[in-house]
Amino acid sequence: MIELLLIGIKVVVVTLIVFALPLPLTYIERKVAGHIQVRLGPYRVGPHGILQPFADMVKLMFKEDIIPAKADPWLFRIAPVIAMVPAFVVFATIPFGEKVTLPILNYEVNLYISNMDTGILYILAIAGLSVYGIILGGWASNSKYPLLGGLRSSAQMISYELALSFACIGVVMIVNSLSLVDIVKAQSGWHWNILYQPVGFVIFFIAGLAEINRIPFDLPEDEGTLGAGYHAEYSSMRFAFFMLTEYVAMVSMSILIVLLFLGGWDGPAFLPGIVWFLLKVAMLIYIIIWTRFTYPRYRYDQLMSIGWKILLPLSLANILITGLVII
Amino acid sequence: MAEQIFFFVFAILAVGSAIAVVSLRNPVHSVISLMVCFLQMAALFVMLRSPFIAVVQVFVYVGAVLVLFLFVIMMLDIAKAGMERFVSGGKLWVIALLGALLLEMVLMISRSRLSAITAPAAGRLTGTVREVGEALFTKYILPFEVVSLILLVALLGAIVLGRKELR
Repeated sequence: MIELLLIGIKVVVVTLIVFALPLPLTYIERKVAGHIQVRLGPYRVGPHGILQPFADMVKLMFKEDIIPAKADPWLFRIAPVIAMVPAFVVFATIPFGEKVTLPILNYEVNLYISNMDTGILYILAIAGLSVYGIILGGWASNSKYPLLGGLRSSAQMISYELALSFACIGVVMIVNSLSLVDIVKAQSGWHWNILYQPVGFVIFFIAGLAEINRIPFDLPEDEGTLGAGYHAEYSSMRFAFFMLTEYVAMVSMSILIVLLFLGGWDGPAFLPGIVWFLLKVAMLIYIIIWTRFTYPRYRYDQLMSIGWKILLPLSLANILITGLVII
Repeated sequence: MAEQIFFFVFAILAVGSAIAVVSLRNPVHSVISLMVCFLQMAALFVMLRSPFIAVVQVFVYVGAVLVLFLFVIMMLDIAKAGMERFVSGGKLWVIALLGALLLEMVLMISRSRLSAITAPAAGRLTGTVREVGEALFTKYILPFEVVSLILLVALLGAIVLGRKELR
């Protein structure tokens, strides 16, 4: 009984944290952008503009929710939700640290909701579903640019999902398990997978950027050529749901890179494991934001040739070499 | 008890969405129903204590095959495609054929050894990946290799068809 209750509490806590994360992330992204471009970024609402995300949230909530006359009303309404749900469901099997003992109750708690036997496969499978929100959102708008954005995103995500999954296989071969907890445990004591799988790490990072639609691969919402891409017709909270999904996807991709390649919560003992874990994730999120304001966007044909002609053969070669070394 | 309730939720949703796939007029809505159906199938696989098959179901069918379906269907003229009915009412022989097929399936299932299969051991959800892998690469190595060869041939066929010079 207490087990069930604990799972329920964990689900609620994780969901609330993940739901609230985009608020600070939008602020950090805009501040980093500002400083990279030698300006201040948001500065008006609160000290150093720290209340800006709340102002934005209130603004989005009170905006009119416009549904275009020619849109498919049912799919148009449901598409942001279809995009959002997989981004949250992924967290069901993500471990955040080792066991902790609750201070007052003296009860041992695992810092994950479920340690699945098929953990990494589950995450890759569920994360692949969020493409539906984008495709359907683009199609249901019944308008040129969103449709093109949706088509681009489906082609892009299928192409890069292959390289992403193949990059994981190298790690799985070394660790001999699909469970994320086992993968992290196998890396303890500075045996981080980035040292054994440097090529896999690079492939995973690049394909991950494409999978979460970040610059230099943000073609589904390419403002330069598509207006705003798949969510051009969306406004108000439905638009906010798409934005929320993108930020949550960025967080989960950073977490996945940390778990697979950077040793998870492994680090020098003077700080607890969870702190190391959060520091590594924060660093990766910063790098992803930094990339956004440093690199230009690829052209669509370049995106496809990078995915199919460089990353995919490279990841296959990586699997082959890893197999030979293990044997 | 709880498991039975979940089973009925998944089963009813699976059958309902499967009916929706063939009865909805809009092809895109049909694909969405098919996605719901596949997800319920994955849930049923988990209840049968094979999480690996469930994840593969989501990965391959929902994550890849259906996206390609959508990709093609989105290019269609939906208004026109929605007007055409798959089975027009006048064709009695189609309905007769479907009836015969249904009868045959009911007969086959009732006379098969499906009822002799024992229920899976409760609560065991670990180690299945290893078991599936071992079975595939030892006991069922020949079928596995034949299937991969067939898939490779299909892949080559698709590439040949897609080449520009041949169009």
